Amino acid sequence: MHSTSSIIRFVIVMTSIVALILAALQNGLKARHDRNESLYSKKATLAAVSNEIDGDFSKLTDADIQNIFDNQIVQSVIDASGKIYSEEELLEMGVKNGKAENLDLAKEWKKPAEERLRPVYKFTNNSGEDFYILYTRGKGLWDEIWGNIALKSDINTVAGVSFDHKAETPGLGAEIKENKSWVRQFIGKKIYDGLELASITVRKGGAKDPNHEVDGISGATITADGVTAMLETGLEAYRPYLETLKN
Amino acid sequence: MADTAISEKKKTIAFGKKERKLLTDPINDDNPITVQVLGICSALAVTTGMKNAAVMAVAVIFVCTFSNVITSLFRKSIPKQVRMIVQLVIIATLVTVVELTLKAYAFESYKQLSVFIGLIITNCIIMGRLEAFAMANRPYESALDGLGNGIGYGLILLIVAFFREFFGKGEIFGAKIIGATSEYAINTTESTLFGWYQGNNLMVLFPSAMFVIAVLIWAHRAWNTKLVDVS
Repeated sequence: MHSTSSIIRFVIVMTSIVALILAALQNGLKARHDRNESLYSKKATLAAVSNEIDGDFSKLTDADIQNIFDNQIVQSVIDASGKIYSEEELLEMGVKNGKAENLDLAKEWKKPAEERLRPVYKFTNNSGEDFYILYTRGKGLWDEIWGNIALKSDINTVAGVSFDHKAETPGLGAEIKENKSWVRQFIGKKIYDGLELASITVRKGGAKDPNHEVDGISGATITADGVTAMLETGLEAYRPYLETLKN
Repeated sequence: MADTAISEKKKTIAFGKKERKLLTDPINDDNPITVQVLGICSALAVTTGMKNAAVMAVAVIFVCTFSNVITSLFRKSIPKQVRMIVQLVIIATLVTVVELTLKAYAFESYKQLSVFIGLIITNCIIMGRLEAFAMANRPYESALDGLGNGIGYGLILLIVAFFREFFGKGEIFGAKIIGATSEYAINTTESTLFGWYQGNNLMVLFPSAMFVIAVLIWAHRAWNTKLVDVS
């Protein structure tokens, strides 16, 4: 039998060693982790315009993604009033390099909606057409969902979307990310109905309005409703900016 | 005297009948999933695709082997009163190592497996091996036992994932084999066999893993008849 003091000693030594090992590993791999995270979100942003990128989007390498991001994307940051922030202002607010790609979006979405900084990516495809990629975030069934929506230069027609999620059910809610034929339904939808911002609704039982509705996903009603709500609030927040773009 | 001692030591390190049994038993006669019916939860969760299943299998083999070895190395100094906690710390440390490594070098898999990597900690196969085997055996045997159990688990994972991915999405390791290509890719030019085949969504969902594992258990017992009268 071990005495109480020897047990305590054993536990303290063990936890210290474990903590040291893990801290060292975490520190050593941090640079790679950050690089991966950043490339991952860049790829998600570009996925919204994957139809406008030549070649098989799923086969693009990390270098390709970085290359497109460097050469065909103009980044800006706006807020709910439509104000565009300059690089200096962003640097002052603690955004690394003053760039939209370095916004901590999960953190921004914890702020009240009026104070939130939102990224806008202007993508120019190889034939010179412009697209505006907007970002939005909301709640799915289990946890957060988020997505990018790309608009054509008429600021009305959707050029594509890409969604992601933290913990939706594989095969059900997770289909918003995995099922490309579902995602592709968004292409060509309109966000404006006349002058009204109509957004796009995911409709259970099948789309009825060809301009503003897409089919739901069976078994994933709550996630789909989350997508609808997220698109609506997201687009609404971008509205002042979109209006200035239109004029 | 010295010579005999060395040769005896060599003999115990060798890979004999007993050692082979340690390694192969968990793969067939004492399989953690199909015979002991352990680790079912993660077997349901990560078998939607073979790639994920393979990453998970490697992760479990790694954690199972090394946690067995480490526990076995310290088996005499681990206080009996807190042995479960110590085992958990060993497992959790190794799982965190796996998680951090995946995040750095296999980010896609890391994103897809998400919480399930962390949940290896609660995989009863690993804890079970530490408690039942590593606490009472030498590191070498423990390594073989951990390796065997990891492989036994991973093998079933891959078989289940094969059926689910092939019939659910028409893919093997993410490469489209049967069915229409347009479903899961944009801008692709690949053509496949049986373009009419519509992926069976049931196979992607969790219940199908239950069916597939059940059929596997049946098939395993039909083939290895000495398992039938175990009860």
